[in-house]
Amino acid sequence: MTDAAEQISHFESIISMDQCIEPKDWMPEAYRKNLIRQISQHAHSEIIGMQPEGNWLTRAPSLRRKAVLLSKIQDEGGHGLYLYSAAETLGISREEMIDALQTGEAKYASIFNYPTQTWADVGAIGWLVDGAAIVNQISLQRNSYGPYARAMVRICKEESFHQRQGYEIMLTLSRGSEKQIQVAQDALDRFYWPSLMMFGPHDSESAHSARSMAWKIKRETNDDLRQKFVDQTAPQIQILGLRHPDPKCIWDPERGHYDMGEINWEEFYSVINGNGHCNRQRLEHHIDAHEEGAWVREAMQSYHEKKKQQSYAKAS
Amino acid sequence: MRQCNHDRVRFIMTKAHLELFEVFIRSRRGLDHKHVGSLHAEDPAQALEYARDTYTRCSEGVSIWVAKSSDICASQEADAESFYDPSDDKPYRHSSYYHLPDEVDNM
Amino acid sequence: MNNADLQGPSSRNQQVMQYAIRLGDDALVLGHRLSEWSSKAPFLEEDLALSNVALDYIGRARMFYGYASELAADGRTEDDFAYTRNEREFQNLLIHELPKGDFAFTMVRQLIVDIFNTHFLHQLEQSSDQTLSGVAAKAIKETRYHLRRSREWITRLGGGTEESQQRTQKALNSLWGYTPELFELDELEQQLCNNNIGVNNTLLSAIWHQQIADILTEAGLTVPENSWTVKGGRSGYHTENLGHLLTELQFVHRSMPGLEW
Repeated sequence: MTDAAEQISHFESIISMDQCIEPKDWMPEAYRKNLIRQISQHAHSEIIGMQPEGNWLTRAPSLRRKAVLLSKIQDEGGHGLYLYSAAETLGISREEMIDALQTGEAKYASIFNYPTQTWADVGAIGWLVDGAAIVNQISLQRNSYGPYARAMVRICKEESFHQRQGYEIMLTLSRGSEKQIQVAQDALDRFYWPSLMMFGPHDSESAHSARSMAWKIKRETNDDLRQKFVDQTAPQIQILGLRHPDPKCIWDPERGHYDMGEINWEEFYSVINGNGHCNRQRLEHHIDAHEEGAWVREAMQSYHEKKKQQSYAKAS
Repeated sequence: MRQCNHDRVRFIMTKAHLELFEVFIRSRRGLDHKHVGSLHAEDPAQALEYARDTYTRCSEGVSIWVAKSSDICASQEADAESFYDPSDDKPYRHSSYYHLPDEVDNM
Repeated sequence: MNNADLQGPSSRNQQVMQYAIRLGDDALVLGHRLSEWSSKAPFLEEDLALSNVALDYIGRARMFYGYASELAADGRTEDDFAYTRNEREFQNLLIHELPKGDFAFTMVRQLIVDIFNTHFLHQLEQSSDQTLSGVAAKAIKETRYHLRRSREWITRLGGGTEESQQRTQKALNSLWGYTPELFELDELEQQLCNNNIGVNNTLLSAIWHQQIADILTEAGLTVPENSWTVKGGRSGYHTENLGHLLTELQFVHRSMPGLEW
């Protein structure tokens, strides 16, 4: 065997034994690129995902909710950081990733282009959006790249409270006044379908699926994960006493799953392609904060240089 | 998308200024320090503080090490009470803090 | 000399309650301002750090309001204090309510408040009131960490670039006139002080000035002159900023009053 063929076969044998590829290991360039794309997109989603909930941070209706929400948003920032850190082991810098986000070259989850209009939306996001993310992330704890898998384990552990706090908001609202029940139903109606879209296109349409599955960068297909989410969510809606947004979501005893109506993929692609309420706003917010922070980062750098020079001067 | 303006150029020029640090945390007495990830900071002191803010938010640390990533040679294959106690009062970061009906299994 | 003794325990409780509300107001208003940095900090690590400081303050507000609600013993909760009082009823010191400004403004305010709080809370820890003393004991640990951060940042910003130096000096100049208020006592505070419950803020002035002057000088910044002073927070006489802060803070709660959230 040639060296290259040996490298590939070694790489593939590690993957087939369900072991992890680690940063210093040889890996095919396409595997590295694919991982960078997936991990950085995941990281950007965490970071941009701070904004829709952050929109309610200053208006949270109780001090307890305010503290919980701030912790949750802070966690999202932390999870973005874990993921950037995992991606950096693949030889890309955080600055390059942020640049790719800001120029539109890298993507983030399209769900965050939807506006949060009422306090109930904060509940719906925690419950549905985080719920969908967790289904995906649990499966990714077993992905083949060590730093990514470990970041996922950490993230899943910390996120256990995210979905519960969201559901608790919905529970409180749905047992509250007429008006509160109304906003809860409205938030469910607006966020249910976009949450299903978070799992991506049907397997038959998904561009990256097959190879990612073979490399174990993805462990379960979009449709399987979506089904899991639909199955776990239906009884939760019942407990809230709210109306299910999908009238076709009925238990099928033969399959052992809930059925689902067809997703409006036109809307999905339309929002991805820039027609969501907040696409431009989310990126501008990120760019503005970054540009406004430039002088602070420059000051740090300049201070750091001065300190270094002083210590050289002392040493010589 | 915004065009490449002055600020953007400035941002790109100053972008690689922070150093990368690796973070190791001892989560309990008797355990060893475990690598948990990395972060960016201006110097080791700031890296320690950010490690505290980033990696011990649920009070999962009793000791932190940071090391410049560039100082780590790899094979081819303390702080005061003010660091940790403040996280003790955030039970809402734990799922057991939320009381949901029994029917809501495994959330 | 000891008027409170003559006024009986219920009046003492009223006074301590007022005091707890004031300290809660300080913490809530500043925590709210700090939370406004979420997703807007100069870089990610600092975003998380600022959120931690904000969480400490919101937690502190809840402890003080929680104690106030215990003393009120009329069913009022922490949220009633935070969400149903208006501008004239809030009694925070003015420095806490000023808009977050740029990063230099936020860090200079933190430095001012953090130095003040290390001494204030140290004194409050000696309070004869067990609950206030307990809250102070917890809060001072957080504050020591906050001060460590704000001191390092001021050193960095002062010794960084010309721009950072200028922005920091400007923030300092525009905040300085709000600092004399930190060291005043009104009648209520004087009485609590006489009863070894409250802190005598006037005694903290000298050490505060000494400490901040040392830090500023080391950072190459100029200690501003005392050429103006604005005060009135403890009597509900606020800047226009507080009304807008409360409008936002209280909007949901007030739009559907009396409900669970």
